[in-house]
Amino acid sequence: MPDEKTVNENDAGAAAQGATDQDAPAVSETAKRAGRDLSHVAPEVGVAKPDAILTARGVQRRFGGMTAVDVDYLEVERGAITALIGPNGAGKTTFFNLLTGFDKPNQGMWTFQGEPIAHKSAARVARAGMVRTFQLTKALSRLTVLENVLLAATRNPGERMFASMFQPLWAGTEARNKEKALEILERFKLDKMRDEYAGSLSGGQRKLLEMARALMTDPAMIMLDEPMAGVNPALVQSLLGHIQDLRDEGMSVLFVEHDMHAVRHISDWVVVMAEGRIVAEGPPGSVMQNQAVVDAYLGAHHDTDLGDDALLDPEVLARLEAEEEKR
Amino acid sequence: MEELLRVLTLALGELLAPATAAYALAAIGLNVHFGYTGLLNVGQAGFMLLGAYGFGIATISGAPFWVALLIAMAAGTLFAVILGLPTLKLRGDYLAIVTISAAEIIRMLGRSTLFDDYTGGSAGIRGGDYKGSFQELSFLPDGRTMIGPLEYLNNGSDSWWTRIFAWTLVILALIVVWLLTRSPWGRVLKGVREDEDAVRALGKNVYSYKMQALILGGVLGALAGIVYVLPGAIAPDSMGRTMTFWVWTVMLLGGAATLFGPVLGSMLFFFVYMVVRTGMRTDLMEFLPIPTQNVDHVAGVLVGVTLMLIVIFRPQGILGNKKELALDAR
Repeated sequence: MPDEKTVNENDAGAAAQGATDQDAPAVSETAKRAGRDLSHVAPEVGVAKPDAILTARGVQRRFGGMTAVDVDYLEVERGAITALIGPNGAGKTTFFNLLTGFDKPNQGMWTFQGEPIAHKSAARVARAGMVRTFQLTKALSRLTVLENVLLAATRNPGERMFASMFQPLWAGTEARNKEKALEILERFKLDKMRDEYAGSLSGGQRKLLEMARALMTDPAMIMLDEPMAGVNPALVQSLLGHIQDLRDEGMSVLFVEHDMHAVRHISDWVVVMAEGRIVAEGPPGSVMQNQAVVDAYLGAHHDTDLGDDALLDPEVLARLEAEEEKR
Repeated sequence: MEELLRVLTLALGELLAPATAAYALAAIGLNVHFGYTGLLNVGQAGFMLLGAYGFGIATISGAPFWVALLIAMAAGTLFAVILGLPTLKLRGDYLAIVTISAAEIIRMLGRSTLFDDYTGGSAGIRGGDYKGSFQELSFLPDGRTMIGPLEYLNNGSDSWWTRIFAWTLVILALIVVWLLTRSPWGRVLKGVREDEDAVRALGKNVYSYKMQALILGGVLGALAGIVYVLPGAIAPDSMGRTMTFWVWTVMLLGGAATLFGPVLGSMLFFFVYMVVRTGMRTDLMEFLPIPTQNVDHVAGVLVGVTLMLIVIFRPQGILGNKKELALDAR
């Protein structure tokens, strides 16, 4: 696929351009590039995907009288980047925690690569190939950066208590893991920090470290909980690049995000949640124009740049407020 | 001057004393719990008492020395499993509450009249009843040996043989803990200490690792209990909360999550403790307004103050890594 490369090189430019372009094309450039063209999939809630890696059915999570998550049906496409968005309190993170085994549903089931993993422990879910990161990064502070990544390696005989006392039993595996870990660290530009304690990393570096750790487990699917939260704009670009790389290597990515630019430019499919339910699904370009989404999530003024100085003008503010009242 | 020498000799004796080895061993176990895995075990004395009972009662029932030793270790394992099963899935504080009360339960059961035939109630078990098989193992010739300023019987309760055995156990425990903590297994434990959810998210069975750590530290505690009672007797009331707090002091003094911290901590603790107690009784310290009968209490207060000072001013202990600690924001 020679086309793929050319688009790839233009990607940075396209992303920058797209950031100012509100009317992005219905199918994102990235989807075409990866050959994950979901444009022929109808943008309807609960629609079937060509090749689903994750299928959830009737998932409910109630906290007392409040139903935090009530998802009837959702399929997540293999090898694509799917964004899960929604306003605060929409149940995105709760749904995310359910899928990854960090919370237990009141009812519902879901399969991952055909294997039912509902009600399984978080560790079992991870071993099945679905690995997550956290919104508040969990760097293992008093382990070095390299140790953080090495810890993520799977099937290490040295992690069994009795075998661990005999170094020859695990030295080989450890050496191979170390080689792989160093490659991953280099890719995330953390190789110079390998012997530093992870606790001394900056917030952005911790995000990268978490991603590196997840990658070390050779996952089929990476679940990112707000990967851009609290990251400076320069690093956002690099993070987006890394997420696209994961997808281009054949991994499926599902991420919860608030940053609309990020969602628009890297996701192949967007799932919108509000009040625990999925209210819309579709390619990033068109789903943003869905009136239900605009109203529920973005608000009537999603075109207004909140950083705009115009908002400091009391007249503009008053006009916006008046419009809001009318709705 | 002569008195000062006597104080120093006594304190030097403490460096090698079986009790010092017992505390070192118990602190090595607690270090596996707290230092490496982050488990809050506030009942290490319970493991020790159980180990002592296991060894003593098994020996009295006719078990050979090594079988009695294994029974004590099994008792420690069982205790760890019982405490861990319900609590290790919960937050760390629960384990703390359960261990402190379980340790007290063991002591209360031991000193109750319920099991009088086995435990001897509050009077405990006389040393002579269970020491025979241990002392028969000695390969030392009878008599006394003087090394430097220290002179002890070769064989017997408070003997060189007891010391050799006690410190051999400490060295073996150090080797095992060193082998384990430098391995990928140890790395998982440290990961659990830092953030168990992160480790869980990477596919590790955190519960099982915590249980393994609890058992390992508990077995070391049980062995420490045996070492502690070999020179004396099994007295449940001498193995209560105070003992747990001393083990904590010893571990924190030396440095949590360091290999030699517990050993250094134990030696230093008992050396200084002896200097303070005997020192305050000498004529040199007559100017202190402390009556002789209160010296032990004052020394106890000083232990408490020391624990506080360590936690506040040098939480990483003597051998701990300052840089590592600077990261700990919790």
